[in-house]
This record gives sequence, C-alpha cells and structure tokens, in this order.
Amino acid sequence: MVDSLFYFFAAMMLAAALFVVVSRNPVNSAMGMILALVGVGANFFLLDAPFLGVLQILVYAGAVMVLFLFIIMLLDVDQAAKIPVPWTTVLFGLVLLAVFSGAVWWLVNGADALPTPENVSATPAALPGAENPGAFTSGAKSFGYSLFTKYMLPVQIAGFLLLIAMIGVVTLSKKQKQA
Amino acid sequence: MKPCALAGFASEAPTFSSLEALPGDLSDWLVSFLPDIEWLRWLTASLLAIVLILTVFGLTFAMLTVTERKLLGRFQNRYGPNRVRVFGIRVFGFFQPFADAVKALTKEDIVPAAADKVLHLLAPVCLVAFSLLGFAVLPYGREMTLLGNLDAALLFFFAATSASELAIFMAGWSSRNKYALLSAMRALAQLISYELPLLLVAVPAVMLAGTLSLQGIVLSQADWLGGILPHWNILTPWGFAGALIFYIAALAESNRCPFDLPEGESEIIAGFLTEYSGFKYALFFMGEYFGMAALAGLGVTLFLGGWTAPCEFLQFIPSYLWFYLKLVAVVLSFMWMRATLLRLRMDQLMRLSWKFLVPLALVNLGNAAFWQFSSNWEGAWLAARWAISLAVAIVPFLLLAKTLTAGLGPRQYRYA
Repeated sequence: MVDSLFYFFAAMMLAAALFVVVSRNPVNSAMGMILALVGVGANFFLLDAPFLGVLQILVYAGAVMVLFLFIIMLLDVDQAAKIPVPWTTVLFGLVLLAVFSGAVWWLVNGADALPTPENVSATPAALPGAENPGAFTSGAKSFGYSLFTKYMLPVQIAGFLLLIAMIGVVTLSKKQKQA
Repeated sequence: MKPCALAGFASEAPTFSSLEALPGDLSDWLVSFLPDIEWLRWLTASLLAIVLILTVFGLTFAMLTVTERKLLGRFQNRYGPNRVRVFGIRVFGFFQPFADAVKALTKEDIVPAAADKVLHLLAPVCLVAFSLLGFAVLPYGREMTLLGNLDAALLFFFAATSASELAIFMAGWSSRNKYALLSAMRALAQLISYELPLLLVAVPAVMLAGTLSLQGIVLSQADWLGGILPHWNILTPWGFAGALIFYIAALAESNRCPFDLPEGESEIIAGFLTEYSGFKYALFFMGEYFGMAALAGLGVTLFLGGWTAPCEFLQFIPSYLWFYLKLVAVVLSFMWMRATLLRLRMDQLMRLSWKFLVPLALVNLGNAAFWQFSSNWEGAWLAARWAISLAVAIVPFLLLAKTLTAGLGPRQYRYA
C-alpha cells in the first residue's frame, strides 16, 4: 500500500517537474511546480514525518509559490511565451541534467551510497531512546530541540540572511528624494 | 497513529452520557456486519466517519446560506427568502437551498472563449477540496478527529486552508477578465497579509498547551475553576486579545464582509466569480462557507475550549454537540458582522493588518509568555499577574489604535 502510494506520488512529482520545464506558459509552470512540491510533502507523510510534510506544503506550496504567482500576474505573460528558447539555455540545461543525474547515480551506487537495509548495522535498540529529546522522532519537539541546540548557528545565519534580504527590499523600494 | 478515531471510544467517567460515544458505537455496530477482514473494516469505518462529517457540514452549509439570507433580511427590515414550498409545506423558506441547488445544477455552464479551460474548471474544485481538508484535523469531540491525534494538526490546518489562495488565483487568472484578475490580486494581497496575524495569534495557544496537536490544545483547556468557570483561553487577558485578533483575521481570510474586497460588487462586478456560472459558482459558494466553518472551528478549538462544556455539570450534553453549538454561534456572529459593518478600502485593509494586527499579535506572544512564566504566582502576586497581563493587552491596543487613525480626516472624494 505504502509502496504503491510512493510510486504514485513519485511519478506525479516527476511528471509535474517535467511539465514545469516544458510548459511555455509561466502560470502553468508554476502550477506544475506546486503539484511537484505537494508530491514531496506527500512522500514525507509516507516516511512517517507528517511535520516535515506539512511544513513543505505550508511554506513552499502555500507561501512561496503564491508569491511567485503574484509576480507572474504582474508580468506580460503572452509576450514572454512567444520568445524562442536560445540554444545556449538548452545546452546549459542539458549539462546540468547530466551533472545531477551523475550525482544521483553516485548517491545511490557510489562509495558513500545512501544506507540500505544491508549496510545499516545499527539495530533499533542501539539508537537513542524516546526519552532522549535529541533522538530523531517525527514530532515537532525533536525538530525544535535540534534547531535550538546543535543547529543554533545555521539557524541564526539563515535568520540574518532573511533580515538582510528584507532590508534590501526596503532600501530598493524606498522612493528616492531626487529621482 | 490511530487512523480513524471515531470508532472505539469507551467512556470512562460516569458523568458522561451514553450519547457521548454514540458516533463511535454506531460506526462499530455498522462495521460489525461486514466480514472480518481488517483492511475492509478499517476502510469502511474511515469512510463512514468522513461521510458523517461531510453530511453534517454539507447540511450545515445549506442551512447557513438560507439563515444568512433570512438574518440579513431581518437586519435590513424585510423578510428574507420565504417562498419555497415542498409538497405544499413552507417551513419559513428553509427549503430554499435545495431549490438553489437544483437551479445551479440545471443552469448552463458558460466558459469564456479565451479562458484557460483546465484551470477554469479546477479552481472551484480546488477551493472546495482544500477547505474540506481543514476538517480532517479539527477535534469534533472527545477522541473524535478524522486523522487521529496528528502531532502537526495546527500546521496541517493552515497548510490546507492557505491553499485556497491558489484556487482564487486560478479562478481570477484563468478567466482572462480584467476584473477577475484585479480581484485575484486583491485577494492574494489580502489573504497573505491576514494569514500572518492568524498564524501569530495561534502560537500562544500552542505555547501554553505545549503541543501542536489540536486535541492537546483542547485538553489543556478542559478544566473548571470551582466547577463553573472554564479554563478556556479566551478568559485570560492574552487569550481575549488573541481571540479578537483571530476573529478579525478569520473574517478577512474567509473573504467575509467587511473584508470582501475580492468580490467588491460595486467596483469589480463580482471579482474572480465574474466568469463563473451554474454549479461552478455554487462550488465557490460552498468552498467559502466550508472555509468559514473550518476557521470558526479552529477559533473554537484554540480559544473557546473546543468541545469542552462551559460548566462541569453540563457535561451530560455530548462533547460533539458543544463543539457544534460553539461553531454555529461563531458563524452566526460572522453574519452579524456582515450586516453591521461597511466594506473597507484597500489601503485601510492593508494598514489594519500590517500596522495594527501584526504588532498586536507579536505583543500578545510576549504576554502569553509572561502568563506562562507567572503561572505559579499566588495571593497578591496573582492580582499583579492579572494587572500586568491586562495592561500588556490593553495599552498597545489603545496606542496603536490612536496611530492607526492619526492624521486621517474625512475622506476626499476626488472622482465623485
């Protein structure tokens, strides 16, 4: 059941991602991207991580893509759709595709491959217990605990990046006194 | 995670009536007729629970539409709809929604020639589907939620209902109509602005309950002072301020008057609904009412104690009835607001959210933290706790309200 659901959502994700690239209409592309992100969220649910799945949908499909659409709405969509794709873009895309395919192949089959049931030696009992909040659980508490202890610095840096972006936007959109 | 929590609840305390477990018992009884295959029984029990919720809220939707029209009629000193009769019986016109449904179904479905056909069709379906998703995590009663005790229930709710922005955008954009597009832009700006206070104001309830699970938030309020005064969040200073902000933001999120700018009939025809007719229009209507009911349910859960009874001795009334009564009361007050207040202008709308509700919600967060910090204060300190908390709730409100209207005289009508 879970396996077939995984294949269903994975297929949906890939099809939607392909549609994002192929579609000439930016709004349809954005819709495809939302579908792909919902697929990612659904797969998080299947991995017993409902918190991550919900966050994925809330932040990306809900907030980020809505902002994308808001920008697209302000553009002249029909004009953009008529411009032919330059061959350099196609070439660059193909090179990126090759690089990412190679990376995925290396992740699955390379020396530092992802853990499989065969090469994982730790039994569940050897993992940290449920009373240890640092242990990985699907709940929100373990995420919060890790974010505020082990990953404190990255969180602060990410926060500062967002702050800088916000200040930049305010500076850019502020009306100049002498235009 | 228990997949279907409607089934299998056994009442423990004797103060609860046998009606308390009725939905679960009924579902168990119906399922017991099926052959003893686990997945079949599980599937049937889950479907039964879903169908029950859909039926109850579908009928509530139908009754709310006619109630709203009749109430608005009364508010405006006229009769509401009172003509529809079935078999010669006229129950104050309460058969109106069924007549409306027949009319919507038989109407011609008009799609503009230039419209994006797929998105035009998908938009109303998306709106209804996403607003129904919110019902999956609401705690309807003791041990009664569709998705079980989901740890991230609150986030799930916001993720599901925030997707309705997408549906409105799809409707406005795919219609290829200037008014529809303008309305979609207004709607997106409004929904993004008001989602912020809505989320921020839900955080204190999570902080004090110590869990994101909605059932856990209800249980944190399920106690009474002397058996009569409930421990509901709304009866604390931060909870009262939070409930007010939540109420305003929920009105805006469900596109209700006075925040119904996306459908501002006097300026942009019917907004994103302009190019919709027949059953698709009815679906939009349905989606908006479902969204409103879901938000009211969340407000009841966060601030009004969810399914808990207001007094201990009133627990003989089943918990799901309490939830339903509170939800209907909140929705009816939404209708009262619609009859009372005038529609805001776009700039007033934005100012209200960003310069008033968001700062108040942030202050409220600090207030709730103080309330939690001072939870073991006694005697004179208890009075100090209430005084400080009340001051923190009221003073910023008064100050911000002053700046909100500062320097604004009567409006100059430039084009009128």
